[in-house]
Amino acid sequence: MAKIIFINHDGTERTIEAKNGMSVMEVAVNNSVPGIDADCGGACACATCHVYVDQAFLAKAGEQQEMEKSMLDFAENVRPNSRLSCQIKVIDALEGLRVTTPESQH
Amino acid sequence: MSAGEARSIVVVGAGQAAAQALQSLRQGGFTGSLTLVGDESALPYQRPPLSKAYMKGEFEEERLYFKPSAWYQEQKIELLLGTRVPKIDRAGQQIHLGHGGHIAYDYLILATGSRPRPLPVRGADLDGVHDLRTLADVERLSPRMVAGRRMVIIGAGYIGLEAAAVARQMGLEVTVLEMAPRVLARVTSPILSEFYAAEHRRQGVTILTGAQLSRLDGENGSVTAAVLADGTRLAAEIVLSAIGILPNEELARKAGIACFNGILVDRDARTSDPHVFAAGDCASRPLVHFGRSGRLESVHNAIEQGKLAAAAILGLPRPAEDCPWFWSDQYDLKLQIAGLSQGYDTHVIRGDPASRKFAVFYLKGGTLIAVDAVNSPPEFLASKKLIMSGAKLASGVLSDTSTPMKDIAAQATA
Repeated sequence: MAKIIFINHDGTERTIEAKNGMSVMEVAVNNSVPGIDADCGGACACATCHVYVDQAFLAKAGEQQEMEKSMLDFAENVRPNSRLSCQIKVIDALEGLRVTTPESQH
Repeated sequence: MSAGEARSIVVVGAGQAAAQALQSLRQGGFTGSLTLVGDESALPYQRPPLSKAYMKGEFEEERLYFKPSAWYQEQKIELLLGTRVPKIDRAGQQIHLGHGGHIAYDYLILATGSRPRPLPVRGADLDGVHDLRTLADVERLSPRMVAGRRMVIIGAGYIGLEAAAVARQMGLEVTVLEMAPRVLARVTSPILSEFYAAEHRRQGVTILTGAQLSRLDGENGSVTAAVLADGTRLAAEIVLSAIGILPNEELARKAGIACFNGILVDRDARTSDPHVFAAGDCASRPLVHFGRSGRLESVHNAIEQGKLAAAAILGLPRPAEDCPWFWSDQYDLKLQIAGLSQGYDTHVIRGDPASRKFAVFYLKGGTLIAVDAVNSPPEFLASKKLIMSGAKLASGVLSDTSTPMKDIAAQATA
């Protein structure tokens, strides 16, 4: 289990208790966190679950695979801390993870 | 009553288009009564993993659900699962329920989906003969997929080939029968067909093209063999039928709503009855960018039409229509498809198929209309933009791997 803090583009924060093994995208979608579409359901096929991960957690969020890197290259408003949330698995070490969702995925 | 004043909206069907319509209606501010009626017993769930990771048993059923059950309560959506809808009474603006009773609607969204095309041969009803469309189908099929068993898959479309990949990875002996001269014949070019056929053969799948299934033989009610028209007999404990789907349009047609290989809808997903909308596999829609109409069997289409229907009902601006896109996972190959390739006059290959990372672009009159991108997200994502821009592309530009796709797209659409 890990507490994840989702921050809306307007600054609104919400803390959600997340089960290990779920993806951060699934946690967001199941809890109606706005700003994530996740059209493909987590297959790393659509690049519509783009989020910004707090710098302090970037290393703990796991390494980016080649597929994710090249998908992100085409997302809007990409920053150095951009990730596809379907590719981040919840683990204990992510306790307190802060994730900011963009205003729109397009 | 004009759009935006609805008090009661009913959605029939519980797949991707239905789930999207419910979300978009509530996000769009609809506060009236919202009811979902679906004939399956599970909460609305994603189908793509059924022939991929879920079939392999990589995760539990709950993770297929679009939303947990609590969401429907929070959103005040009434769920009538395991419930059939035998009839629409358009004059009375109500639907009849299979177990009796009816529900009145101001607007009705038909998201009835599709069903597997029945296998038109003797023996199709034997035990051990399966379809692959629903969770219940996977529940029946999965426990039988034991290493060493022989599985014959009828049809080499995406579902058939994805299932073949999973079955091989689970250690089954797999034969795929395809009536056409090549695999994926209906959906892609000979280049992709050849690549995928070679990959499956390398993985140990037997692929027989130009194969005409004659009958299925059985013993004591269970299938034992698939027999071809030329007399070839393939012993099998499991037969999977994957020969395409048919739109579930009968409910609409019986109610006098216009249908032609799907429920006919306009650009807003509205049927010939202004109070009835249709979305997803069951609907035949204008494909404005491609200058024709048709059904699209895809996640993208279901999501987009769910959004279009919700917006039209609420009187909101029409959401943007995106480039159609699809994906297929087989082994370690991720195929991402953008656009519709039918009618292409030229193709361009970028990269080397032997490297398992390449793309085939399809052009018509110098304009890109589709791409098949294998393990190549940049080619896929750039093409979505290029296709919708209608930009002309000079020959040689797309095959030049020294220029990144991002730059090609930026230059062409500048």
